Amino acid sequence: MSSSQPVSGDPPPDASPWHVSRRTFLVVTGVAAGGVAVGLAVVDAAAPDAGTVARVALAVNGEPVVVEVDSRTSLLDLLREHLELPGTKKGCDAGACGACTVHVDGRRVLSCLTLAVRLEGADVVTIEGLAPAGGALHPLQAAFIEQDALQCGYCTPGQIMSGVGCIQERHTGSAEEIREWMSGNLCRCGCYVKIVRAVEQAAGEV
Amino acid sequence: MDISALPLGEITFTPEGGLRLGALARMADVAADPAVREAYPVIAHALELSASPQLRNMATIGGNVMQRTRCSYFRDVSAACNKRAPGSGCAAREGYNRGHAILGTSDACVATHPSDLAVALAALDARIHTRGPGGERTVPFADFHLLPGTTPDREQDLRPGELIVAVEVPPHPRPLASGYLKVRDRQSYEFALTSAAVALHVQGGVIRSAGVAAGGVGTVPWRLRAVEQHLVGRRPAGGLWAAAAERAAEGARPLAHNGFKVDLLRRTVERQLRIVGGGS
Repeated sequence: MSSSQPVSGDPPPDASPWHVSRRTFLVVTGVAAGGVAVGLAVVDAAAPDAGTVARVALAVNGEPVVVEVDSRTSLLDLLREHLELPGTKKGCDAGACGACTVHVDGRRVLSCLTLAVRLEGADVVTIEGLAPAGGALHPLQAAFIEQDALQCGYCTPGQIMSGVGCIQERHTGSAEEIREWMSGNLCRCGCYVKIVRAVEQAAGEV
Repeated sequence: MDISALPLGEITFTPEGGLRLGALARMADVAADPAVREAYPVIAHALELSASPQLRNMATIGGNVMQRTRCSYFRDVSAACNKRAPGSGCAAREGYNRGHAILGTSDACVATHPSDLAVALAALDARIHTRGPGGERTVPFADFHLLPGTTPDREQDLRPGELIVAVEVPPHPRPLASGYLKVRDRQSYEFALTSAAVALHVQGGVIRSAGVAAGGVGTVPWRLRAVEQHLVGRRPAGGLWAAAAERAAEGARPLAHNGFKVDLLRRTVERQLRIVGGGS
């Protein structure tokens, strides 16, 4: 894991990672697997190979995009703050609630725990890209409406992206199996019964 | 540092019948592997009872073995914690310690090791393969996680610059019956209060070898050698499981709020011995 702090005397960092390029950062790099800090180096973020800002080419909802991101930026923040795709929701931002679930290379993952800088060449699908623009809804989106499987709706994009994964993984053999394989998505309104019904309905149609 | 492009994701069986899990193999892929499910159900069970489907799609075997405690005082930077800030004290000892360890604790630390997979690997006598500036090493699983003692900030036998490259399960005599049981406050997506991994080799009506380990109760994945010793050489029978499980909590040192774990551990082990070994 990396952490960065501006050297004192520099102006405070701008909230946008686009404005970091002329600042000098003190970067402490640790080996993630060992949890042990192995290197200490002062690097200039203006240099393209500094590691603080990286260029990443990926596909989001089928569209190729090239972004320059701070190495600490999560996929969730990339989607919401830089690509204007706010359908993916930030619930806990710590991997506990599932609201930020998206698909990366066909697998459901938590975008809040995915660093954007790791996604070179990746294929990302969000709730905005689940059904074609102007076309019919995905069967699970339609099922959520038909089963009235939401109240406030904040967890719903994550529930649907997770539910599509659950169906693709064929873990829809029973209501009990769906509950187990949807357990990574919390709903504070308590719509679980209807969410399970919606996944059951869509599993029969997909 | 991003190691995700290294070619360490393979799931392979060794010529002798052992299993080698690359450090970057995903939890979901290992759990779904038909050969793993056939040969070592205890590994597949432990993985599928861990975390959530999304996290299992992301998390790796090496990362799982390296994961850190869920002790709330370790995570709370305003609390005293010898693991996070050596010498600062342990807020858990006199705090809310319902989820904490009863085995392997010290005055300095009572944090529980959170991994389910590691409990299964402990029961199966796994080995950790590492690579670093000093070359390659193989560490027995029982030696890899370090008891807290007076240095709870030192958690694994991993040297600076070293990387886990694989976890290897040695070949076991067949037939091998195995499985994992996890007891928790809610049905899914929760860490263990107690858990038990059991692997039994029964031949000619006699238990020839036994691997038993527990989770949710130890500062490291907790091998239950006294339980194993009671099983080996005996015939599976209803009364045997309870008698063996009685030894599961030997040496336990409960705290103010986790005394229930002593009995819950015995009953978890007994139940899982019965599930894997059969009998009423």
